[in-house]
Amino acid sequence: MRKQLLAACAVVLLASACARDDGLGDVPGGPGSALDPAAQGGLSGGQLDPTSTAYFTQVIGDRVFFLVDQSSLTPQAMSTLDQQAQWMLSNPGLPVTIEGHADEQGTREYNIALSARRASAVRNYLVTKGVPDSRLSTVPFGKERPVEVCSEERCWSQNRRAVTVVTGAPGS
Amino acid sequence: MRAILLALALGLAVGAGQAPAQSGCAPDTICGTIEDFSVKPLPIALPLFVAETPDAEQLAADITAVVTADLLSTGLFREVPRSAHIATRTQFDAPVQFSNWTPINAEALVIGAVSQQGGRVEVKFRLFDTFNGRELGEGQRFGGSAGNWRRFGHKVADQVYARLTGEGGYFDSRIVFVSESGPKNARRKQIAIMDQDGANARNLTQPGTLVLSPRFSPDGNRVIFTTYASGRPQVALLELATGQVSALGVLDGVSFAPRFSPDGRKIVYSQGAGANTDLFELDLNTGQRRQLTQTSAIETAPSYSPDGSQIVFESDRGGSQQLYIMSASGGEARRISFGQGRYGTPVWSPRGDLVAFTKMVGGRFHIGVMKTDGSQERLLTASFLDEGPTWAPNGRVLMFFREPPGASGAPGLYSVDITGRNLRRVPTPAFASDPSWSRLLP
Repeated sequence: MRKQLLAACAVVLLASACARDDGLGDVPGGPGSALDPAAQGGLSGGQLDPTSTAYFTQVIGDRVFFLVDQSSLTPQAMSTLDQQAQWMLSNPGLPVTIEGHADEQGTREYNIALSARRASAVRNYLVTKGVPDSRLSTVPFGKERPVEVCSEERCWSQNRRAVTVVTGAPGS
Repeated sequence: MRAILLALALGLAVGAGQAPAQSGCAPDTICGTIEDFSVKPLPIALPLFVAETPDAEQLAADITAVVTADLLSTGLFREVPRSAHIATRTQFDAPVQFSNWTPINAEALVIGAVSQQGGRVEVKFRLFDTFNGRELGEGQRFGGSAGNWRRFGHKVADQVYARLTGEGGYFDSRIVFVSESGPKNARRKQIAIMDQDGANARNLTQPGTLVLSPRFSPDGNRVIFTTYASGRPQVALLELATGQVSALGVLDGVSFAPRFSPDGRKIVYSQGAGANTDLFELDLNTGQRRQLTQTSAIETAPSYSPDGSQIVFESDRGGSQQLYIMSASGGEARRISFGQGRYGTPVWSPRGDLVAFTKMVGGRFHIGVMKTDGSQERLLTASFLDEGPTWAPNGRVLMFFREPPGASGAPGLYSVDITGRNLRRVPTPAFASDPSWSRLLP
């Protein structure tokens, strides 16, 4: 039990917190991030149901990050997506939406197209790992839905993301 | 006197309001180029318009204020203050004593009158070149429902502007834009419409649905935009008269960045499938779709040439976001942007001579213009984020949105002359982005 929690913590760090620089303290946690109160509760208290969306978002990591104006997957993103694919295969049938996002350093409509590329890169990767394409859909949001609001690279790096949203799983 | 009345009657008869085709300046008058006036503004006197019916005094003052604000907003004119006026005008038809105006250096003089009867308002005006002692053009009158009183002021200002600069006016026009509220990480967006000067603003959609990049139809009766009503971006059409919205998107795909053709019969827009985004044309009458670009790159932000024969758009087919021009039926495209940095949101000038764009270089955003062959690039603005230019009906002024950095950064609308002078904030009731300028109203 204790060992599992520690392992979960390490994965959380890898998946999200490690992507931040030491501005960690002042960055408000987005929903499902390591700073989310629900996540804190999960880490200090009860054990998460491995079939839950909370497990998916907090332990595996629901998002991957991209370089400026790029849509290719980093090794770290691929590692997260490998685990996402495994989770999807052991929790079959649940529909999955991949939301593509961009930071504010681009024009609105170009960023929609860029975020479509990012969501598509994630979708294609999950399909190569065996997830049926019919379970997956994508939505490009461009720069419309930032999770971090400062105009610095530490925020932009969190906004250049693709978020995998699973519907129909138990909450926690 | 008789001649003036006849001219007034004629002005009314032709429906009064259509700005004349660009005619240039009358010879041997104070009429001059925008370039001249933007360096040395023309001194103009605008005495209070005369109230010709007992209850029209306030309205006369309000309409004079609209005319004055329009003209001064151009940066091309300098008002000779009323406190300096020697003569007070109490009768519209009284002869103009030029000797009352030349000593206070009022080179141009606008006189006007307002009458109000029932629900109807009439505004008339005359324009004089005081130093040459002559009238510029003929007196003209505009009239109609009292609710449109600001428009009659804008029409007077359009005529004065046209007669003093030789260019078409742009004041009797509207802006459709995105009104924004809420914090940066939870913005609510609504399509909204207002007069060119920020008056009469109202929302056209509800705040619950993300909406982007509205554009006017050429006749000004419809607005095309991008909505997330279905959960993903789709092109939709809004009828201004009824407020009715109809989806034009493709099922299962995404569509965005719609723009009308100059004849209003077609739209060009971006359609996405997977990682790829291409340009498509949709015939609004037949519903027929045609793919215009066939690359694996991003093609978006299209804009028709004024004659409808060509499309300028942005693509990253060469490795980064740049501007291209192709035939409106698709096919080969030629790149026109070659400077440093990335270029987006090209918009073809209504005069056909220039393309306005957003340029991103060195971590800054600029609004700029270039000729349609890519030559003579000029950057007009610079800030953390300047984006999305739209042309005034006369092709002399651009409006765009600017957003300061940081958590509290919120967008607002600005206008700038294509000389790069006269940068101004356009008032809006809330945060505002994605402006689209209508043609002159009919």
